[in-house]
Amino acid sequence: MELVTPDIGTIFWMLLMFIILLVILKKFAWKPILNALSNREKTIEESLRSADRVRAKMEQLKADNEKILAEARVERDGMIKETRQYSEEILKKAREKAGEEAKRLIEMAREQIKNEKDSAMEEIIKQVAGLSVDIAEKILREKLKDEKQQKELIEKLLKDIKLN
Amino acid sequence: MHSILSRKIISYFLGAMLFLLLFAAQPGQQDHPGEKLQASLTENTEQQAAHGEIENGFSPSDFIFDHILDAYDWHILSYKDFHLSIPLPVIIYSGTKGLNVFMFNKFHHGHSDYKGFRYEIKGENRGKVVEIMEDGSSALPELDLSFTKNVLAILISIIIMLWVFLSVAKAYRHRPDQAPTGMQNLIEPIILFVRDDIAIPSIGKHKYERFMPYLLTVFFFIWFNNMIGLIPVFPGGANVTGNITVTMVLALFTFAITTINGNRNYWLHIFNMPGVPWWVKYPVPLMPVIEIIGMMTKPFVLMIRLFANMSAGHIIVLGFFSLIFIFGEINPALGYGVSVLSLAFTIFMTMLELLVALIQAYVFTLLSAIYFGMATEEHH
Repeated sequence: MELVTPDIGTIFWMLLMFIILLVILKKFAWKPILNALSNREKTIEESLRSADRVRAKMEQLKADNEKILAEARVERDGMIKETRQYSEEILKKAREKAGEEAKRLIEMAREQIKNEKDSAMEEIIKQVAGLSVDIAEKILREKLKDEKQQKELIEKLLKDIKLN
Repeated sequence: MHSILSRKIISYFLGAMLFLLLFAAQPGQQDHPGEKLQASLTENTEQQAAHGEIENGFSPSDFIFDHILDAYDWHILSYKDFHLSIPLPVIIYSGTKGLNVFMFNKFHHGHSDYKGFRYEIKGENRGKVVEIMEDGSSALPELDLSFTKNVLAILISIIIMLWVFLSVAKAYRHRPDQAPTGMQNLIEPIILFVRDDIAIPSIGKHKYERFMPYLLTVFFFIWFNNMIGLIPVFPGGANVTGNITVTMVLALFTFAITTINGNRNYWLHIFNMPGVPWWVKYPVPLMPVIEIIGMMTKPFVLMIRLFANMSAGHIIVLGFFSLIFIFGEINPALGYGVSVLSLAFTIFMTMLELLVALIQAYVFTLLSAIYFGMATEEHH
């Protein structure tokens, strides 16, 4: 029955050695290890939390950036639109002005042409009248060359006047 | 849990097989196995008792028990007449001869007496150092504090543990808040397992810290010794956790810590269990008696479970090796043939034992933690 009989010598040595082991390990192994483990867990937890915070901040920054970008884009679009409108307006005005100027010039030209034409007509009339008088003079001279013809004409003219 | 069950089935089966083989090997002695053992013991006078070689054949029970029991020396190997063993100090105190300290090899394996002491190799004190009285009779000395094989094995395991855990602790001190390296990788998950899966669920988040040093120490002590016990050569192979004294001391630690830390609620449940009819408590204190018996059975079960499991593992493996010699005696060729089978089974058993080594350490630690949890539980 030696197998199941506790032995006093073994009890003594086992107690002694196990207590020494327990004390040494408790002081120099378990305490530092467990402390290190819990500290590390705390550090990891904190790091994760701060990483979360940083991530949230980053998201916010990103959102802000996007907002700013969107605003800038809107502003740019607005500016482009305004500029286009403005330039169109300028163009329109310029076109209108040009049209008016052209009309004015055409009007002026027309008037001048008319004046020129009138004066030219007067000249022509004058010349035609002179020429006609000359021609009439020449014709009369031709017709009143001999006496017979002069009498005939006077008679004819007198006849006309008498009749009147 | 399943593996423990299947292991027990295997051990019963093998035990039965071993007994059958015992009778097959020695057909002349078909009497009671206990008598047969006694017969072989009394015949074992001249020959080496330590190695199970008996004049009239190989005795598996001697072979097995000499390996799993404690000894005054650490036998390493025997070849024919050459025996290599480490003698260990015998420390004996007796009322008549006082304190005596000497090395075990002074006895020459029981061949000679020394300083009025003798190493018994037969009789009821077989395997013990006894004091020779004046009238020529022998008696066990008052106190035998010899530094035995198991004590040396415990010392070796403690040195290994100190080396492992102090160097790991150093690594934690020198590299705080960094990922573990080397041995830390091996130890850290187990420490976390003991903390997160044994201590915290059993004891609770607020009180577990007080018990962590003991739980970790006992877990690693049992595990390391179980594992070292599986190594077949020196410094392994000693049956430390299969020694009832060692498991008893461990169980007593658990019992002492439970009792010291028991709070009001714990003692109230033992002496005045609430929620049961008054007549089971007064005048006959039926419940208190049951509860006090329960207090005692808890460490007792711890002691028996570890002892029986680890001893059974050693016995099975040694039983397989015995088969080689039993068959070898019938016919050497048969012995060689069986050795292949025995080796295969031994390898399988050793694999199983690797698992059992961890499971038993876990079970002991878990139950200790549960008892501590019961002792410190608050009333709710």
